[in-house]
Amino acid sequence: MSSLTLERGLYDLKAAIDAPIASFFSSCVHCGLCAEACLFYVETGDPKYTPIRKLEPLRRVWEQEYTLFGKLKKLVGLSKAVTDDELEEWKELLYASCTMCGRCSQVCPVGNDIAYMVKKAREGMVSSGHAPAPLVGAATRAVKIGSPMGVKWPAVQNQIKHVEADTGLKIPVDVQGAEYMPLLSSMEIINFPEYLGALAKIFKQAGITWTLASKAFEATNAGHQIGSSDIERELVVRVVDEAERLGVKFVIGPECGHAFNAIRWDGPELIGRPYKFRVLHIIELLDQLRAEGRLKVDSKVTERLTFHDPCNMARKSGIVNEQRNLLGMVATNFVDMPDNGIHNWCCGGGGGANSMEEYEHLRLKAFGRKRWQLESVEPELLVTACANCRLTIEEGLEHYKMEIPIAGLTEMIAEHLKEDESAA
Amino acid sequence: MDFLLWVRGPAFNVAVAIFVIGVVARLLEILLLGRAPSHSEPKGSQVGPGIAEIFKRSVPLPDIVKRGAVTLVGGYIFHIGLFITIFLFVPHIEFINSVFGVRWPGLPNPVVDAVTVVTMVALVVLLVHRIRQPVKRMLSTSEDYLTWLVTFLPILTGWLAYHRIVNPYPLVLGLHILSVELLMVVLPFTKLMHTFTVFISRWYNGAIYGRRGVQS
Repeated sequence: MSSLTLERGLYDLKAAIDAPIASFFSSCVHCGLCAEACLFYVETGDPKYTPIRKLEPLRRVWEQEYTLFGKLKKLVGLSKAVTDDELEEWKELLYASCTMCGRCSQVCPVGNDIAYMVKKAREGMVSSGHAPAPLVGAATRAVKIGSPMGVKWPAVQNQIKHVEADTGLKIPVDVQGAEYMPLLSSMEIINFPEYLGALAKIFKQAGITWTLASKAFEATNAGHQIGSSDIERELVVRVVDEAERLGVKFVIGPECGHAFNAIRWDGPELIGRPYKFRVLHIIELLDQLRAEGRLKVDSKVTERLTFHDPCNMARKSGIVNEQRNLLGMVATNFVDMPDNGIHNWCCGGGGGANSMEEYEHLRLKAFGRKRWQLESVEPELLVTACANCRLTIEEGLEHYKMEIPIAGLTEMIAEHLKEDESAA
Repeated sequence: MDFLLWVRGPAFNVAVAIFVIGVVARLLEILLLGRAPSHSEPKGSQVGPGIAEIFKRSVPLPDIVKRGAVTLVGGYIFHIGLFITIFLFVPHIEFINSVFGVRWPGLPNPVVDAVTVVTMVALVVLLVHRIRQPVKRMLSTSEDYLTWLVTFLPILTGWLAYHRIVNPYPLVLGLHILSVELLMVVLPFTKLMHTFTVFISRWYNGAIYGRRGVQS
């Protein structure tokens, strides 16, 4: 990483611009409505957080490189070049105050996919050396160690031992020809170890063959978060290689939004070919199993509960009804928050924002949206399906002294599974 | 009279040429950039949702209606007003018929007159809002004020000509046509280009999310 320069950054910004981006910039009328969709603007009232403004460096590169008028202006010295100082200033705007949640993309009257552009703009931030240090650290660990949080296989093995002791079930590892290969996220391994046990119980009941891959257990993709397609590709390839070597039919994305987005949508584009397997989010799989009658519960949650739709799952992948179907099966008192589903407000910690400690105050301020949503329905339990959302929301709830327990949907279902049911 | 002949003749031809060549060049500039092929397994189609989004984007989300009321209501009024004053005013239809040989029914002049006034009021409100609302003020550059002006002038001069407020009439009619020519020359090189590119950007948005199976 010694050659991070402004030139490389500008080159990558230029390379990132495609027909959609050119049409988006051409269509922007500066109406400012994207700000009204952004939790960082809505909660702080600071206009600098207006989503389209976060793309000002990318916009100028587009204007100067790809428009006739911009090229003329550049020729006669009327345009302002993008500088290192500017990119440094934009670090806060492109990372700390943007989770790429895509709510602005949904609101823009001319249809600009602003989140798509932010992801592309981050490419230039990485290669010009202006990506945030915590994300650079995570990406470096991911490439060198295999996990952004430094989790190595022995740590997972250790957890497997615990889960096997607790559940009495065998956790299959590196099984050739298994049907399903679930991925885990570092955050689940460290903070929410219940997930692995939940998978074991559910898969046992559903009677499906599955395996963890010791060389590709990690779903977290630090390359996706930081915005480096090279790193994102390298991390995707690890999963693809193992999944294709083991010959699995399905790779299962974990309860981690961006990890699913990276393997489901970005991966094939990055490696330039379709996979030899399909990718499903764990919630998509669980809903399929439910629909096929292979998932049965013998008790239900009776507390008043609500569901936080992770952006990458709902708004970016169209997974909205699946979690509601599952909640219908396992809960008796489910109530939706205002602005739910694809209109949900982000937790405020996605897209790597969560790892930037110095902006914790901003994150907590932006959490005001979630607070408002929660106060509108006053749930006794909050369910979600993203470890990162869960952690961010836990921090927010603690800060605002709101006592609402949070559960992951997968483990909630596992807890209520009919005990004696076994198709195996 | 010389002025009117000039704006109707050479000036008009030049403006139309710049407008047409400019718009085509800008559209090519965008579309020729292309797009990387997609290899991920699609969850939905691109075409249907892409086309649908072109229309659906005109309907705002409920919480945005509350937060962006001035922009939305003002924007709606002046866009519809522009459409009515440009395409449903009988003398405009006559002019279009004389060039392209197609015609359609117009609205009574007093109706168009009222719409014109409402449109101008909406544009003035939006200008004040642009200057006063912090987000819009921050986003605005000289281009935003220039485009406001070149949009407003044809409506104002047209209204003045219709009411014979400025004399002599050929002068104000000439000014009206000149202001339209100014608009045509400015359009391809400014954000006014969204008149055409909005169909492309909405299409891409609908196609991107449609492919991912997102039901908007």
